[in-house]
Amino acid sequence: MILVWLILIPFLGGLFCWQAERWGDKAPRWIALATMLFVLVISIVLWWTGDFSLPDGGQSPWLLEWRAPWIPRFGIEIHLALDGLSLILVALTGFLGALAVLCSWHEIAHRVGFFHLNLLWILGGVVGVFLALDLFLFFLFWEMMLVPMYFLIALWGHSGSAGHTRIRAATRFFIYTQASGLLMLVAILTLVFVHYANTGVFSFSYDVLRGTDVPDALAPWLMLGFFIAFAVKLPVVPFHGWLPDAHAQAPTAGSVDLAGILLKTAAYGILRFALPLFPEESQAFAPVAMTLGLVGIIYGAVLACGQQDIKRLIAYTSISHMGFVLIALYSGSELAIQGAVVLMVAHAFSSAGLFILSGQIYERLHTRDMRIMGGLWGRIPILPGFTLCFVAASLGMPATANFVGEFMILFGTFPTAPVVVVIASGGLVLAAIYSLLLMQRVHFGPVHRQGSLPGPDLREYGMMLALVALVLLVGLYPQPLLDTTAAVSGPAAELFTDGKLSTLAGEVD
Amino acid sequence: MMAPAVVLSFLLPLAGTLLLALSAGRLGARTSATIGVASVGLAALATAWAVTLYPGSPENVTLWTWIAVGDFRPTIGLAVDGLALMMMSVITGVGFLIHLFAAWYMKGEAGIARFYAWMNLFVFSMLLLVLGDNLLLLFLGWEGVGLCSYLLIGYYYHNSANGQAAFKAFIVTRIGDVFLALGLFLIFRELGTLDIGEILVRAPQLWQEGSTTANIAALLVLGGALGKSAQVPLHTWLPDAMAGPTPVSALIHAATMVTAGVYLIARLNGLFLLAPDVLLLVGVIGAVSMLLAAFAALAQTDIKRVLAYSTMSQIGYMFLALGVGAFDAAIFHLVTHAFFKALLFLSAGAVIISCHHEQDMARLGGLWRRLPVAYGGFLVGGSALVALPLVTAGFYSKDEILWQAMAAGNNGLLLAGLLGAVLTGIYTVRLILGTFHGEAGSDHSRHPEPGTNLITHHLPLVVLAILSTFIGAWLYPGLDRLFPSAPGEGVEEGHTLLQVLAIGAVVAGLALAGWLFMMRREWLQRQASHGTGRRLWSVWHHAWGFDGLFDRLLVRPWQLMVNLLRHDLVNLAMNLPALIARVLNAGLVRTQNGRMRSYATVMVLGVTVILAVLALAPGGAA
Repeated sequence: MILVWLILIPFLGGLFCWQAERWGDKAPRWIALATMLFVLVISIVLWWTGDFSLPDGGQSPWLLEWRAPWIPRFGIEIHLALDGLSLILVALTGFLGALAVLCSWHEIAHRVGFFHLNLLWILGGVVGVFLALDLFLFFLFWEMMLVPMYFLIALWGHSGSAGHTRIRAATRFFIYTQASGLLMLVAILTLVFVHYANTGVFSFSYDVLRGTDVPDALAPWLMLGFFIAFAVKLPVVPFHGWLPDAHAQAPTAGSVDLAGILLKTAAYGILRFALPLFPEESQAFAPVAMTLGLVGIIYGAVLACGQQDIKRLIAYTSISHMGFVLIALYSGSELAIQGAVVLMVAHAFSSAGLFILSGQIYERLHTRDMRIMGGLWGRIPILPGFTLCFVAASLGMPATANFVGEFMILFGTFPTAPVVVVIASGGLVLAAIYSLLLMQRVHFGPVHRQGSLPGPDLREYGMMLALVALVLLVGLYPQPLLDTTAAVSGPAAELFTDGKLSTLAGEVD
Repeated sequence: MMAPAVVLSFLLPLAGTLLLALSAGRLGARTSATIGVASVGLAALATAWAVTLYPGSPENVTLWTWIAVGDFRPTIGLAVDGLALMMMSVITGVGFLIHLFAAWYMKGEAGIARFYAWMNLFVFSMLLLVLGDNLLLLFLGWEGVGLCSYLLIGYYYHNSANGQAAFKAFIVTRIGDVFLALGLFLIFRELGTLDIGEILVRAPQLWQEGSTTANIAALLVLGGALGKSAQVPLHTWLPDAMAGPTPVSALIHAATMVTAGVYLIARLNGLFLLAPDVLLLVGVIGAVSMLLAAFAALAQTDIKRVLAYSTMSQIGYMFLALGVGAFDAAIFHLVTHAFFKALLFLSAGAVIISCHHEQDMARLGGLWRRLPVAYGGFLVGGSALVALPLVTAGFYSKDEILWQAMAAGNNGLLLAGLLGAVLTGIYTVRLILGTFHGEAGSDHSRHPEPGTNLITHHLPLVVLAILSTFIGAWLYPGLDRLFPSAPGEGVEEGHTLLQVLAIGAVVAGLALAGWLFMMRREWLQRQASHGTGRRLWSVWHHAWGFDGLFDRLLVRPWQLMVNLLRHDLVNLAMNLPALIARVLNAGLVRTQNGRMRSYATVMVLGVTVILAVLALAPGGAA
């Protein structure tokens, strides 16, 4: 039952916020904050009390499970389950949700209640995605994240330079994800009908469908249906077109949620659904996926270097970082998949930090154009120091969580695909270039305008300090995190039987 | 036993960093400087404590397991042995003196807290670099010192040229770091461990001498070392790095960080011995860098740039020593170089501040009477640099390197080393004469304000000056037990001949310089201002044109690509479906124009077409 509450709390909290607007602007904020903290506390308690060791044979791999019939005629259930990976991601949702509420404290001034309704419903949808095991339910939550996000960008977004209006960004985001979701729906339905043809039973259940014997001619297409849906959200070049606009035009809270959590639903989807449902097809597809990952790393980095809008720069770096995750997911190595989990968490922290900081800079300078920034180190106290921390994390400086994630991925992938790792490592130089460019253009260099600006208040300071502490903690002692997800990554790595990757391997000696 | 002392030695600078960072500039300049200097001073004391507790055999201290997934279990663990303690002593000892001097140098600058926070962070990272018992922790320190170097080079951030220099330093060394990272991946795949001790045990068991794997692994590690230690071809960042405050140049770009590559290769000596070709390449790169830099140093006018090229050249000597398998000699020269180069940089700093940030030799001159302490520093440091026989530290270490090259039978490297000694003599004399003798070149050098503070100005210079003499060489304990035996060990034959040769090279260099710069000064200036002489000057002044080459080969194509892709061409292609939809829409909208006449036309046309199709189709109505 606790799983149902995890999903219901944000939805109910959202409704409360909406209604609480009549008591003033403060009420929805506090309610939203309390809601997300509640989700965070529940997941921490679950984490504290849970046992995440690898289950013995026959035992359920789920820590918690809840199921109830929904549309019995088609075998659709409300089936929720939680393991180490979903728990980590739910906790992350709670934490970043609270940050999203906090960072909109002053930024959002009109229709506050409705704003928080949308924000919390996005988060509720995300939690649903992380918990749903019934494919129909999963699809429902997957689509449910979109609508409130659309409103968030369209109603509270910023309009950038010519051609980059918030409505356009919102529409583009919606069309991309909707169209790809449609592909996934077709794939799900086909899978269900294949299963029906084989057994005469309708079922949307994950456990049941995993064993489906799909005709060889059809299986790769179904796998692609899932992959493309997730690839759009991750995003994988060339399906990334929605991301820079959506990130740049969204309000800070929207960017934080997009980069911090929504992108992770895609990696989660690949790990939870695309790989286990179609292991052989995925393995055959791995060279393509890794190549796409490499393209993402390089292409995202090159584009990040060419941006003038600080939020667009950070948005493109997400593409680059997610390229590493994609490579890891298809590497078939436990070390790399564990690294991908760490990098997902690390990227959530570091990109959230950078987005919140650019929001804070925007509140002070009223611009996101880096050409008219510069020399802020001397003008704003403390914030530049925090920026430096997140920039260091983003370029993969050791002792930060990002380093642990990236290097575990590279160490894990190297034995099977050294060529991929060699090219991906080139991405580390590019990461240094775009990260330092950000630092150089915003905080160093000649002062563009004189006069000092206010430093962070307690709320801003607290958010930053918490994020920096987490980045360093995971960077220096990632073991609790790794232990939590070990029971998920290990089996995921074993889905790939040995040797198939050697076509790509290109031995060193 | 010694664990607390060792842990303290790097925790204290970290505490200094945190204190200064969290204070966010609210502490006064004096308090900040005190915290910054004291933390490193205490770290030096902790190091001294560790040295006295050292039992004589290596000791491992594992703090915690960093990451554990399957076989991948790097730790946060320290390996304390003679080499680590030697490096720690240099880092904290010389580091403390430089921190102390910086209190004088940076007086009145804005952002003292920031300066010391980064300096302390540097000391912390550098200590982890030399203490890490596995390559991943070493890499942590390795990247950490790179970041601090970046921040401190760009310390005067209002000038975007400094930012450029800092950026360049970070990116160029990062390219080397990627090679090192790849080396780590390869070593872990092949040997299944990152622990340095284990690597040195397993590598000879699993790898044939001269096998491809061993060669590639050694090459990748060498790539990392070249970047950090500013050797050809990843050396272009070092001269630009002089944009930072002079104490930074002394600490990071002379005494410690730039020698990290030497430390790394010495640490992984067993790996390089399995790849003799790569080891030879180390020596050749060292010799080439040494000569290139020495020629470049001849044609600089900025005193810090002379010293920068001189540093690169001296590190070339250390690489040369590594290349002939004389690891102990390389570390010996690393230590003495840390003493005398730190002294030279700090003396240069004293000159620069006294002359109101004037560092061009053309605008200095005639300072020897007005700045006696700095002059003394230059004289002592300069003699150690040229390896003046018997009385200087540099003589003993450089002699050791040349002797090992000779004993290894590598005459090419030996000759390069001797030629380098001649050139060193020439540029050093030119530097000292140009700065302290002759006519003052500007008002700043005519009326300098000499440093007077006993503690923060005189003390560091005097202590470093003492260490730059033969006393510094005596203090070096010798680490031969840690390393495989060097070629010249136990051999004495020919040593005297070599010493004669080495002393001859030094004397020749000094004599040539004296003759050129004192007797033939005008002739030299004439030669350098036209014809071949001018071209030679230009080539040397631009250090053989590497910057221009890389600019054309890498930087500009990169910028071109960034500019081309700025508008996300792939995404534009993805917009094609939307464009097609819009074109179709525009076409169809035109048909819905609300005019009866066109509707009727279209209808008639449609009916005609349908009837025609029906009539002509096989088996149709007809």
